[in-house]
Amino acid sequence: MVLTGAEIVVRCLQEEKVDYVFGYPGGSVLFIYDELFKQDKVRHVLVRHEQAAVHAADGYARTTEKVGVALVTSGPGATNAVTGIATAYMDSIPMVVISGQVPTAAIGMDAFQEVDTVGITRPCVKHNFLVKDVKDIATTIKKAFLIAATGRPGPVLVDIPKDITAQKCEFVYPDKVVIRSYHPVAKGNGGQIRKALQLLTEARRPLVYTGGGVILSNAAEKLTRLVQRLNTPCTNTLMGLGGFPASDHRFLGMLGMHGTYEANMAMQHCDVLLAVGARFDDRVIGNTADFMKEPRKIIHIDIDPSSISKRVKVDVPIVGDLGEVLDEMIAVLENGEHRQELSATEPWWRQIEDWRGRSSLAFKNSDDVIKPQFVVEKLWEVTGGDAFVTTDVGQHQMWSAQYYRFDKPRRWVTSGGLGTMGFGLPAAMGVQLAHPGAPVACITGEGSIQMCIQELSTCKQYRLPIKVISLNNRYLGMVRQWQQIFHGNRYSESYMDSLPDFAKLAEAYGHVGLQVTKPGDVEAALREAFGRKDDLVFLDFQIDPAENVFPMVQGGKGLADMILSAEDL
Amino acid sequence: MRHVLSLLLENEAGALSRVSGLFSARGYNIESLTVAPTEDASMSRMTIVTTGSDDVIEQITKQLNKLVDVVKVVDLSEAPHIERELMLVKVRAVAKDREEMKRMADIFRGRIIDVTESSYVIELTGTQDKLDSFVGAIEPALVLETVRSGVCGVGRGDRVLKI
Ligand SMILES: Cc1ncc(C[n+]2csc(CCOP(=O)(O)OP(=O)(O)O)c2C)c(N)n1
Repeated sequence: MVLTGAEIVVRCLQEEKVDYVFGYPGGSVLFIYDELFKQDKVRHVLVRHEQAAVHAADGYARTTEKVGVALVTSGPGATNAVTGIATAYMDSIPMVVISGQVPTAAIGMDAFQEVDTVGITRPCVKHNFLVKDVKDIATTIKKAFLIAATGRPGPVLVDIPKDITAQKCEFVYPDKVVIRSYHPVAKGNGGQIRKALQLLTEARRPLVYTGGGVILSNAAEKLTRLVQRLNTPCTNTLMGLGGFPASDHRFLGMLGMHGTYEANMAMQHCDVLLAVGARFDDRVIGNTADFMKEPRKIIHIDIDPSSISKRVKVDVPIVGDLGEVLDEMIAVLENGEHRQELSATEPWWRQIEDWRGRSSLAFKNSDDVIKPQFVVEKLWEVTGGDAFVTTDVGQHQMWSAQYYRFDKPRRWVTSGGLGTMGFGLPAAMGVQLAHPGAPVACITGEGSIQMCIQELSTCKQYRLPIKVISLNNRYLGMVRQWQQIFHGNRYSESYMDSLPDFAKLAEAYGHVGLQVTKPGDVEAALREAFGRKDDLVFLDFQIDPAENVFPMVQGGKGLADMILSAEDL
Repeated sequence: MRHVLSLLLENEAGALSRVSGLFSARGYNIESLTVAPTEDASMSRMTIVTTGSDDVIEQITKQLNKLVDVVKVVDLSEAPHIERELMLVKVRAVAKDREEMKRMADIFRGRIIDVTESSYVIELTGTQDKLDSFVGAIEPALVLETVRSGVCGVGRGDRVLKI
């Protein structure tokens, strides 16, 4: 069948069973938009800013097992998308971004709305392509989906000049493509797996530390089985929350800069550490030298060899798909090859309970002013712990991670690697479209929400009943907290003056807005919001402006060196 | 430590900038980088001379392998190998310097490949060291231009980098 390039693009998306494309039209993608118009299999969601298109595709991908898809025009469309692409790249989110480009003959001529999109995005994509021949569109898109979704996932960009979308050629969508230089490993090395189990079963102070990889590879259930079988404590990174059920007593909470006391102490003092799909990020292990001064054996399972021994030297590296490796570990254990003396870890568990006894997440509630931690706790209660939660970046993000206890994977959607303010609302749109009818909460701050607030309009157009939970402290709170602690209380440009009335603003967009000022009204407001199944409700919680996030490990300090509360300052 | 990495990569537009971009983005050193197509026109062969601790070289190799356009990577300097570099030096050659330059070229087994009344172009191949010593041996004031290709390397004997 002879089709135009634009028809081919749309046919490829249909073949990939893409149900939603998030995008924004413009000159160089008009042929593609024309083809989208003529069919109804692939639904297009018109955002209000290209950054939001990419974040929405990202939220969609994070909470499904599918690849998110975004479509943008050349020039400013592509540059607006870059923040979203970099966000997805840092968190290894499978995504295909299609961008229009000026016609082939105009490339390099400083044509209207020309930018070197492939060049600009190169450092923040897993791979990208510039299509130069209409005959290459189908295989390129096939490759893009393959690369995005396999191995360590990531965003792939396909840049298509306008003339190519108008030219014609025979269309066949390949069943398979071979990329000779691309072979992600799946199976882990059996010898290494046995070595790892040997260490784990003989450990006195074992700890399992897991990251976003567990979520991305759908390995949460297997991980849970392994941890329960070994009866080790388990901690998750910010990206890894939901990988192990928070309600299991083996769960120590999140670790790192704002991790719990017990998680950070266990991380520092364990004798055998099993790292699963995590990357020893600087926000997770604190000062590297301080972390490495404690003798411990480290086992690291990851699909990406370059994540292993990058920041810390590892004793037993295992490269492979987490699901496959964990399966094999469980199988070997069930074969009875390794004997484990469960009583050997009893002193360690006592130590951990002792640390847990410090209740590092306890906070002083108040009758007069709303405490943000209280809002998140109530949200957890009201939603039965089973909502999809997206966040922006700042204090509210950390409180969400600390107080919303996830039992399931793919419920928690946050920009961990890049820390992108403006992510929460558009990501929630992708989540809500992927899960119609499910409760979706976007926990945000009055700073972050204003970075993509225009998307309230998109939410109206597509009737997305997201609940926006704004923890409004009238400050760029996380910045203010650092300025308080590290810069002598000099709050340079971290105060937000002239804030809008968010409830009225939400109403102006056609939604329901509520301002909540009293702690006694928090629960009722949440219940009312989640009771309104069809409405987007914007809850503007006026919270204590002085509240800080604790525990806190200051940048450059060791993990065990935690500030536990305001009294420690 | 100095390492010589040899790569096979897709002969695609942009492949070179993916490699060079990786080095600049992650702060790795490049001492020299050469690239040209191989007997298989769909592939290029690249030689990169870099320096770094063993950990850094391990990361560089892993990061290179991660690039979709990179087909294969070996660290040539891990085993016996041969390195060669080509240099073209334009020197001032008048009066007594004419004879002197010819003599130096002969000693280093170079060839004079362009002659004018006042200059020679000397072609020299060899290891980086040899080229360095040639440049060190001639009078700096007489050097008009030097052009070096960067190092090309190949493993000795049965060591073959192929797909
Ligand atoms: C796009 C972007 N710009 C700047 C920052 C730096 N930054 C991190 S947290 C923060 C403050 C966020 O304020 P708000 O959204 O009100 O949340 P709060 O910390 O008060 O909960 C800032 C400015 C960022 N993460 N992202």
